[in-house]
Amino acid sequence: MIHQYKNNGYDIVMDVNSGAVHVVEDVVYDAIAFLAERLPEMEEPAPIPEALVRETKEALAASYSQEDIREAMEDVQELIDTEQLFTKDVYQDFVMDFKKRKTVVKALCLHIAHDCNLACRYCFAEEGEYHGRRALMSFEVGKKALDFLIANSGNRRNLEVDFFGGEPLMNWEVVKQLVEYGRSQEEAHDKKFRFTLTTNGVLLNDEIMEFCNREMSNVVMSLDGRKEVNDRMRPFRKGAGSYDLIVPKFQKFAESRGQMNYYVRGTFTHYNLDFSKDVLHFADLGFKQMSIEPVVAAPDEPYAIKEEDLPQILEEYDKLAVEYVKRKKEGRGFNFFHFMLDLNQGPCVAKRLSGCGSGTEYLAVTPWGDLYPCHQFVGQEGFLLGNVDEGITNTEVRDEFKMCNVYAKEKCRNCFARFYCSGGCAANSYNFHGSITDAYDIGCEMQKKRIECSIMIKAALQD
Amino acid sequence: MNKVKTLNSNTLKDTMKKGGCGECQTSCQSACKTSCTVGNQSCENPNR
Repeated sequence: MIHQYKNNGYDIVMDVNSGAVHVVEDVVYDAIAFLAERLPEMEEPAPIPEALVRETKEALAASYSQEDIREAMEDVQELIDTEQLFTKDVYQDFVMDFKKRKTVVKALCLHIAHDCNLACRYCFAEEGEYHGRRALMSFEVGKKALDFLIANSGNRRNLEVDFFGGEPLMNWEVVKQLVEYGRSQEEAHDKKFRFTLTTNGVLLNDEIMEFCNREMSNVVMSLDGRKEVNDRMRPFRKGAGSYDLIVPKFQKFAESRGQMNYYVRGTFTHYNLDFSKDVLHFADLGFKQMSIEPVVAAPDEPYAIKEEDLPQILEEYDKLAVEYVKRKKEGRGFNFFHFMLDLNQGPCVAKRLSGCGSGTEYLAVTPWGDLYPCHQFVGQEGFLLGNVDEGITNTEVRDEFKMCNVYAKEKCRNCFARFYCSGGCAANSYNFHGSITDAYDIGCEMQKKRIECSIMIKAALQD
Repeated sequence: MNKVKTLNSNTLKDTMKKGGCGECQTSCQSACKTSCTVGNQSCENPNR
């Protein structure tokens, strides 16, 4: 499968099945477009049939010189010969084998507090309560969760534990105790815990920062961008905005971590479709690591992203990408999570096919110890998998997630983005279509644009 | 090649041979929590 597009003056050709990405001249771009409609995907390299070479040359003759066309065709053949163009998808059988293997649990999202000191209007956790009651996780439940993780992680050495909520700092003592407990188990079990924290920052203080800088491999700081944008959607329970209190704390926190191993992470909604300004606002505040995600909401919510918002959103990503390159080249760059793409040392195809691992490798744990496929499913009883005492008892749902991969999704099979997003978020799919093997279409359009921008950025930074 | 610049050298097919060790980070643990992005994760396989 070939995907080709032009962005910011670059002609880009993606050979989706090999993962090869090429920046080409116009003549090559047009030659590939012509051939793509006529040439089958190849399991082994083969010469382009002579008749088709002639036909292509004729089609291009009106626009390019003979010499340019000849060189372009040579380059195309060379790409075919090195299995970087018109390659076949050879992974379908591989993924079936891959899925038969025994999976291990490698990451937990601990809902350390189902309570929150903010009342964010778009909160999927319903101000921390997740369709349930307010609750704090006890040390005992958290300890059982870590024991469950160790016991079910097989040979996997690195174990990830995210302290999530609600707002985890509302149960800070238990967080500290669990980190201490986890560390005490590492040597005996030959495991290494990577703790992370997702916080709104309200209760952040020097002691917490110091602890996190010592123990947390990553910290996610929630903030939506410009003051008016943030305060509209992220107020305190009594209505006051949170920006003024939180921003100085986050700035200090980011600085104290050496501007690494953290993300300032925001959500954009229908109310701030010009979200590139919020990303740049983060950069102007001095942050170097950031992410802004589209809100996930029922379509009837006034802040939900609607299909008619898409043209503006896609244009925002393009604008942001151009500015991103400019600032990088000027030496004042920053990292935007969705523009970070590792084309050479990125994940293997097994990882790309299996996706986020929700329901198998990644589980969420409620304050009272119930297990769910991920934080987004918490509170939806049909997805209850088991608990930290008995482990996973609902193997039917677990197996449904285990088989959830790119090839199980009709919409993904012919999508150029499938090896980058790996089929997308199961929870988004379920929320919009009632099935985890569908796809959230508006999200797909944004994801595709982000991938195109990321690759353009790679091309531009090599110039 | 005069008219083509290839941005990456590894192909996905090559990663079938040594891939699937599972040591890499779970994508939702990094920053997103609401959307799935795997292409930006790093490989942590020491034998790749």
